[in-house]
Amino acid sequence: MIKVEGLTKRYARNVAVKNISFEVGKGEIVGFLGKNGAGKTTTMRMLTCFLPPTDGTANVAGFDVIEQPLEVKKNIGYLPETPPLYPEMEVSSYLRFVAKLKGIPNGEITKRVDEVCERTAIAHVKNTIIGKLSKGYKQRVGLAQALIHNPPVLILDEPTSGLDPEQQREARNLIASLSGDHTIILSTHILSEVEQSCSKVIIINDGRIVAVDSVANLHNRRGASETVLVEVAGVPEHEVRGKLELITGVATVTPRDGREGTASFEVRSMEHHEIRPDIARAIVHAGWNLTELRAVGESLEEVFLELTKSEQGVAASTEAAA
Amino acid sequence: MKNILTICGREMKAYFASPIAYLLMALFGLIFGFFFYSATAFFVMAGMRSQMGGQNTPMSVNEYVIAPLLGNAGVVGLFLIPLISMRLFAEEKRSGTIELLMTSPLNDWEIVLGKWAGAMTMYLCILAISAINVGMLWFWGRPDLRPILTGYLGLILQGGTILAIGTFISSTTKNQIIAGGATFAVCLLLWVLSWVTSYNEAPWAAAIAYCSILTHFEPFSRGIIDTKDLVFYLTAIFLGLFMTARSLDSLRWRA
Repeated sequence: MIKVEGLTKRYARNVAVKNISFEVGKGEIVGFLGKNGAGKTTTMRMLTCFLPPTDGTANVAGFDVIEQPLEVKKNIGYLPETPPLYPEMEVSSYLRFVAKLKGIPNGEITKRVDEVCERTAIAHVKNTIIGKLSKGYKQRVGLAQALIHNPPVLILDEPTSGLDPEQQREARNLIASLSGDHTIILSTHILSEVEQSCSKVIIINDGRIVAVDSVANLHNRRGASETVLVEVAGVPEHEVRGKLELITGVATVTPRDGREGTASFEVRSMEHHEIRPDIARAIVHAGWNLTELRAVGESLEEVFLELTKSEQGVAASTEAAA
Repeated sequence: MKNILTICGREMKAYFASPIAYLLMALFGLIFGFFFYSATAFFVMAGMRSQMGGQNTPMSVNEYVIAPLLGNAGVVGLFLIPLISMRLFAEEKRSGTIELLMTSPLNDWEIVLGKWAGAMTMYLCILAISAINVGMLWFWGRPDLRPILTGYLGLILQGGTILAIGTFISSTTKNQIIAGGATFAVCLLLWVLSWVTSYNEAPWAAAIAYCSILTHFEPFSRGIIDTKDLVFYLTAIFLGLFMTARSLDSLRWRA
């Protein structure tokens, strides 16, 4: 659905996006992850024909962004970082205006407006002036605007920024409900958001793609060893520790601060060993009360920080070499 | 064409949803009303005086009242039109809505023409206020309609030119005050350029005076539609809108 090859954007003084390539299949939700200023917005603006690329090609819904911008624009719905709203207009007349801009035939406009209002749960504020809406509602109107012509591709630039946790959850659910019919690219710097709603992650740092992978694969990226949290109630710490260290495959046992009256440890396995069943068996066998046994995957956050850090390291060393 | 109308319609709504449309119409009505009163009062006094003096030469309402009035309306327009045009693009650039327009399936010309047409309609609404005063003259006299119509045509063309310049300037900045101020300065300059010929008769002075937007208006207020003036205004409008389209395109390249 989206195919990007060697896309580069050079401004007068700096290069915002450097030679990136990726592909997004039909119906996928792809999270575009990066720090502020990493080049997320610039890339999205190139995909929406708002900015022309300096180099490279991008193909959206089968059309080239440079050669056929009008066709591309017909096939995308775009929610910029700040929703493009006219504060003096009513929600419904704003949506009608956007519908006309997107070329929806006059006879279908009312129907489409009603549909997107329903979908984004703004039907009850249809006659409110946009300037009087709360931030969360404005964001929804922005999303409704992007959806109005039922585009195959949706490009959402930080769709949850500035919303409170409740609203963020609603927005995520809404976006998740759109997958399947629409191919979605959304950018964010909130990692949990990607974990919850995206099937694929593109991590971008300093204008370069540092990782393209599924969320699950990113989790398992670092080594094959696992870390397990163990909590046992009512037994002295040293006894538990001794027992745990005897289990095959256990590399290290580190005590943690647990609740009062419990012994709590972080157990790291050797590579290619699954230790959770053995731990459970050993503790139950000893007749102790196992209150917690939980695998801690490497959080996406750590992967992200590591990826973006190493990239900086490489950049610094190449600069030093030059 | 449909897209142009869509954008034009939204512009109209924007003017009339804010106090600016009503404010501009009220201000123009007030100022023009004063000019109208002065012109007619002067006409009445001059008419009485000529009768008392025993001369019975007929005095033309068109020549003494309407022509100077329409000229004054043009000058008032010079002050008011930058207030109309300043928000056209500056507001959209500041609020980010320009991204909506530029990522919708429209070409730049449709955006530019739609915006300009919207502003033009606003200007026509303002100008329509003056027709109330001018229309009143028919209660007491029988003015010649033709020079009035050409006069209004001149005002429309002159306003269109200033609006085209203002649209272009608005597309170059995010700041409405800068857009309005610069438009006013440029138009004031274009107006006073005609003064050059009063102290210099060299060919270059004539060329400079030709660029003045006011010199081309005068024939219209006297009932003359000269192709030269028509061409001047239409060219200026086209140039202004063309530069706006280019400026919009350059947003993409400069970002």
